[in-house]
Amino acid sequence: MAYKLTVNGKSQTVDVPGEMPLLWVLRDVLNMKGTKFGCGIGACGACTVHVGNKAVRACQTPVSTVNADVKTIEGLSTDGSHPLQKAWLEVDVPQCGYCQAGQLMSAAALLASKPKPTDSDIDAAMSGNVCRCGTYLRIREAIHVAANGRKS
Amino acid sequence: MKNMKTKQLDRRSFIKVSALAGGGMLIAFYTDNGLLAQQRGPAPAPTPINPNTYIKVHPDNTFTIVAKNPETGQGIRNSLPMIIADEFDVDWKQVKIEQADRDDKYGRDMGAPTVGQIEGGSTATPQNYQPMRNVGATARAMMVAAAAKQWNVPASDVTTGSGIVTHTPTRRTATYASLAQTALTMPVPELSSVKLKDPKDFKIIGKPTPGVDNFAIVTGKPSFSIDVNPPGMLHAVYEKCPVFGGKAVSANLDEIKKLPGVRHAFIVAASPDPTPAPAGAPPAPNVRWASGVAIVADNWWLANNARKSLKPVWDEGPVASQSSAGYLAQAKQLSSTQASQTPAGGTPRSAKEGDAEAAFKTAAKIVEAEYAFPLLSHAPLEPQNSTAHYKDGKLEIWSPSQIPQIANAAVPAGIQNSDVTFHMVRAGGGFGRRLVSEYDIEVSKIARLVTDERAKQGLPSAPVKLLWTREDDIHHDNYRPAGFHYFKAGLDASGKLIAFRDYVASHGTTSVIPANEFPRGFVANFWVSEGQITPYGIPTGALRAPSTNGVSFVMQSFIDEIAVEAGKDPLQYRLDLLANPLVPAPPASPNSFGAPFNAQRAIGVLEAVRDMSGWKNRDKLPKGTGLGTAFQFAHSGYVAYVVEAAVTADKKLKVNKAWAAIDIGSQIVNPSEAANLVQGGFIEAMSHMMAWEITIDRGRVVQNNFSQYQPTRMSQAPPSIEVKFLKTDFTPTGLGEPSLPPAVPAISNAIFAATGIRIRSLPLGNQGYRWT
Repeated sequence: MAYKLTVNGKSQTVDVPGEMPLLWVLRDVLNMKGTKFGCGIGACGACTVHVGNKAVRACQTPVSTVNADVKTIEGLSTDGSHPLQKAWLEVDVPQCGYCQAGQLMSAAALLASKPKPTDSDIDAAMSGNVCRCGTYLRIREAIHVAANGRKS
Repeated sequence: MKNMKTKQLDRRSFIKVSALAGGGMLIAFYTDNGLLAQQRGPAPAPTPINPNTYIKVHPDNTFTIVAKNPETGQGIRNSLPMIIADEFDVDWKQVKIEQADRDDKYGRDMGAPTVGQIEGGSTATPQNYQPMRNVGATARAMMVAAAAKQWNVPASDVTTGSGIVTHTPTRRTATYASLAQTALTMPVPELSSVKLKDPKDFKIIGKPTPGVDNFAIVTGKPSFSIDVNPPGMLHAVYEKCPVFGGKAVSANLDEIKKLPGVRHAFIVAASPDPTPAPAGAPPAPNVRWASGVAIVADNWWLANNARKSLKPVWDEGPVASQSSAGYLAQAKQLSSTQASQTPAGGTPRSAKEGDAEAAFKTAAKIVEAEYAFPLLSHAPLEPQNSTAHYKDGKLEIWSPSQIPQIANAAVPAGIQNSDVTFHMVRAGGGFGRRLVSEYDIEVSKIARLVTDERAKQGLPSAPVKLLWTREDDIHHDNYRPAGFHYFKAGLDASGKLIAFRDYVASHGTTSVIPANEFPRGFVANFWVSEGQITPYGIPTGALRAPSTNGVSFVMQSFIDEIAVEAGKDPLQYRLDLLANPLVPAPPASPNSFGAPFNAQRAIGVLEAVRDMSGWKNRDKLPKGTGLGTAFQFAHSGYVAYVVEAAVTADKKLKVNKAWAAIDIGSQIVNPSEAANLVQGGFIEAMSHMMAWEITIDRGRVVQNNFSQYQPTRMSQAPPSIEVKFLKTDFTPTGLGEPSLPPAVPAISNAIFAATGIRIRSLPLGNQGYRWT
């Protein structure tokens, strides 16, 4: 069945089963590899994208239920100019880097609703995103950098 | 004369320069370690293989430096090229990094001809630090010589910097690129004449340098093995028997093939594992070459969805009768009958000095305790995957392996090693999981079968990506072995440790036997022995810091118990033991990585972490809050932690802060990555502490996904993990592994300090604890 999606501002039509998760539509049908597969049960956050400005787990989102614009890591900015991307680069956050697209999308949703988050705001918003390498301290720091400007 | 001849051979053979299309030059080296690792002196004859490319000098005076090792997040794609770039004397911003393919040309880091490019054992830095310096310094010497020739001036009047050669007296300059043509015509310098930088002149080594792939990662560019996407690629899943060693007998393949998007479905037969088992190893199920059912479809979700309809018939085999409960019962049985008997097994898996049993009889105080730690899965966030294309008798493979081996692709596809092109792709975490690359074996078998089936249908070949589910990954790992430790210690009236015994009920060849661990060498009567749990059908392997990742928990916790029983400060008690080594020292294990244990370095990190953490004021902490410490020598590195933990009456645990003092030698190549690795090692240890456990029931893994195997979350991570590197006069060594092990006992010892409750088994989640 054909579904119309708007992904990163671009209109797309995909002919797939309605229960196919948005994650696999993005990765294998639209060939956008930035959104990652980690667990398939919504427990790790690697597949976090925005649907209508809300952070959702794309692996738990059947394409038939997508009813708003989709934003993925590729749409956060293509040139690394989003304040969070700049902060991630400045703080040198990644180790393996596999979770970071999902981390960035969760952080972007947080900053959209709370431009100056506290540590506990960050912990609450980000605890659905696993970083197996354990870069949490740098993620926290980078969110503060993005919210408040450069490191002192 | 003989010596001259050797040098002549060395000179011609270890460097090869050639012109680069469009101008510039390519500098290639032999990195046979015996040759390039030499600092001075006569060289052994180089191996007759083609030189490998390390540096490309481009006409615009930018440089490509090849990263030869696999990158799984440890930052080696930065640090090895950083070493070359610094000695080559170019600016980091002039450098682009290119990932090498798997190729025997790239050295023999672990001493085996088939294992040249490996991420394992924290060996990349110690094995490559000197060779990479030699590569960069030799290339620089060629530029200096070319400039000296071009200007007809002495080389001693010439300096370098930022990829530019300067004639100091006249201030005349030339870029490396402009010298390439001259350099191509000149004899290559002898390694013994090449001058290395004084470390105080390093401009890149030792400077925090962000990951070279960071931009691609934060902008979502395809970066990982799972993102590989050659044209026309099909997607595969591979279902194996849930019982280790079980076989696929049959399946409803005709029904599966009719499902939407499914192109192929077939049973892949098991093959005998071509890698011989280590001598003396107990029989283990063949899991690397396990049979299974492959389903290949247009996209991965369709392939995986078809698994819901799959009705495989398995021959579960003998492991189906085994369970974790059975292993524990056998461990208890073994300990009750063998712990005080003379056990089987020789060094290095056991150690006996003095007479512990006799000393126990004279002791003023006896301390006994049973400790246990479970099987663990690695759970890197990127599930196992690999992509292969079998075409015209050749195989191209893209793999996230930590130990890429061409034979893993060639043998199952029934082709020669020389017919394999092996691309190494960034992996979403390794932690030792990708030291066993059965996904490479599986995908090359599947890729060949797919191409063969398509040929029969008159279709062209197609690449295939095999991707495991998270459940596949947790159910089919090579697990950190469990360990059951039965301790006994004897103290004299002053609290001094006079006898130490550990009986270990264990299994397999992956050592969990602390035969060389502290306090060995610091107590007169020391006895470590083991009994084997058999049969044991669970595949085990190396998890980050193999052996010490579990052994540190039991040894450093039990030493803490002993100190408390002696009425001493646990940190000072360790220092007192370390200050009084046995003379002569017992021989070091041939199994230990790198140099033998150095008590002064252990003392150094313990004293440093004591001073950083305010250890002396720990009595002033509020009730329910405590400091714990532990140290570990692992993979050539010395790491000591102090942890502040708070525990409520209902067992809510919080790590308030952690301090780490680390000695991995004279140079930290990339301090930014180094601090990140240590903090990550600590946070991984928190997962081991609280939640991670793999249990076996009827020969299969009980846990399925992260919901039953919870990694540490951001809300649980402490606000600060302070990291201090002590610079000591020792060769630089690795960091990925040593940062983890002592974090576990430092936390459990902090829980004791906070509550008086001693943690003797993991994980804590089984004992009513939760993170706050």
